[in-house]
Amino acid sequence: MKKSNGYSIEVSNLTKKFGDFVAVDSISFQVKKGEIFGFLGANGAGKSTAMRMLCGLLSPTSGEATVGGYDIFSETEKVKRSIGYMSQKFSLYEDLTIGENIEFYGGIYGLSKLQIKEKTEQLLEKFQLTEKRKSLISSLPLGWKQKLAFSVAIVHNPEIVFLDEPTGGVDPITRRQFWELIYEATNSGVTVFVTTHYMDEAEYCDRISMMSEGKIMAIGSPRDLKSEYSSSNVDEIFVKIARGGGK
Amino acid sequence: MANSIEIKNVSKSYGNTVALKDISLSVNSGEIFGLIGPDGAGKTTLIRILATLLLPDKGSAVMTNYDVVKDYKKVRSSVGYMPGKFSLYQDLTIEENMQLYATMFGTTVEENYHLVKDIYSQIEPFKKRRAGKLSGGMKQKLALSCSLIHKPEVLLLDEPTTGVDPVSRKELWEMLKKLKNDGVTVFVSTPYMDEASLCDRIALIQAGEILGIDTPESIVNSFDKTLLSINSSDKYKLLNDIRSYEHCNSAFPFGESLHYTDKRTSFDIPQIYEYLRNCGNTNVEIAVIKPAIEDCFMNLMVGE
Repeated sequence: MKKSNGYSIEVSNLTKKFGDFVAVDSISFQVKKGEIFGFLGANGAGKSTAMRMLCGLLSPTSGEATVGGYDIFSETEKVKRSIGYMSQKFSLYEDLTIGENIEFYGGIYGLSKLQIKEKTEQLLEKFQLTEKRKSLISSLPLGWKQKLAFSVAIVHNPEIVFLDEPTGGVDPITRRQFWELIYEATNSGVTVFVTTHYMDEAEYCDRISMMSEGKIMAIGSPRDLKSEYSSSNVDEIFVKIARGGGK
Repeated sequence: MANSIEIKNVSKSYGNTVALKDISLSVNSGEIFGLIGPDGAGKTTLIRILATLLLPDKGSAVMTNYDVVKDYKKVRSSVGYMPGKFSLYQDLTIEENMQLYATMFGTTVEENYHLVKDIYSQIEPFKKRRAGKLSGGMKQKLALSCSLIHKPEVLLLDEPTTGVDPVSRKELWEMLKKLKNDGVTVFVSTPYMDEASLCDRIALIQAGEILGIDTPESIVNSFDKTLLSINSSDKYKLLNDIRSYEHCNSAFPFGESLHYTDKRTSFDIPQIYEYLRNCGNTNVEIAVIKPAIEDCFMNLMVGE
């Protein structure tokens, strides 16, 4: 049954064990609709495992969670249909054209032929790529690919979009254009869940959580956490938490 | 002071793609020099040319007084190179990788142990472990140890902190500082603008061109506009409203706030405040701030 109470993600004591190893250790948090939530942690902290569970790709050992109102234990197909996903490592198909990529993802996400056609025209126009629709994705600069990949990830109007380290390495102006696309999406009600270990990306989020050894060690707005940990940036907070949690 | 690296008018293209356009810069002996720019700026190409692994199309580069093309063998023995991608032998142990590198350069681990002691001693307890089984931070310490074992005068590091968590990043910069104190010249590339302040001098690079070369302080001081940080309850609305302001020169989201410059040379902050309030923004906060390297980088990019 779909729950609807102003939260896009609700997680309570979610745990995942691989044998004796506890990858995610009883984490709890909520993400409001339309919020940009940053999910931070070092390599190996358990971010990917947690995110794979929330996307309905990995079944949890124990705990409870709903994503888009659907239970991640029993309604994984509905979860998958209510989310979009984009990662810097894997996004668009390099050997398909720009137009083909949009059509392909539209199809995967179950849009009708008419919707795909409309969305394709709309996106090509938005990015002024109409003349380049027949060019291969590989011909686009990295920043353009990422902006397009984000738009494609929300082509089916999902309630939530998961972004996995979306803007590492892009030039500072393009990176900001990318964040403006995110603001535009959240302004129209999409919830954004960003996992990253680039701490400066974290500063763009409404709220962030920091994970270490499977547990969420801190959660709050970047501003509140900075004052709580007497730090001038998120990087410092991270180092403090990773080195033993002292405030 | 002598120059450790002297690059003159270097250009390099791959087919129709121009990677470097007429790059010139020199690095003083004993300094930490940062090459700062996004992916695709040409950082790796430049470092590979300096490491004698790639030939420039035009121009010349001299490393520790040796030409990177004519005297490439001498350059190799006086320069250490740590590539961006982990390139050691995954199925050799820590110890075996170290011995291999020492032997290739005609030395032994024992002879130059003192050079790598600080770094290598941290992974030495695991010396029988295969390189492929190490964590990211340990791999990096091993790669750094291997690149230092032949006592190079100059160390080239290609994005050593990319994809590395903040704790390991901090450790790496601490290690570079130590190497500098030991007299090694460090040439390091990074996409992280906030690492600029850890370098003695930096070059900002974008699309194959140098935007500026100086100390981080001088680059910040050369920012020629008043920079404002503006906050409100609704960032997206704020951004759209301020961009419609007739005097707006630039407005970019910057973490929790946005950074703004005005077209006018002198202006009143209360006036901007009034404008934003009248547009319906609430909890507006405006402050004059000191630019960061990233602000300078964007300013230079727009100016290009």
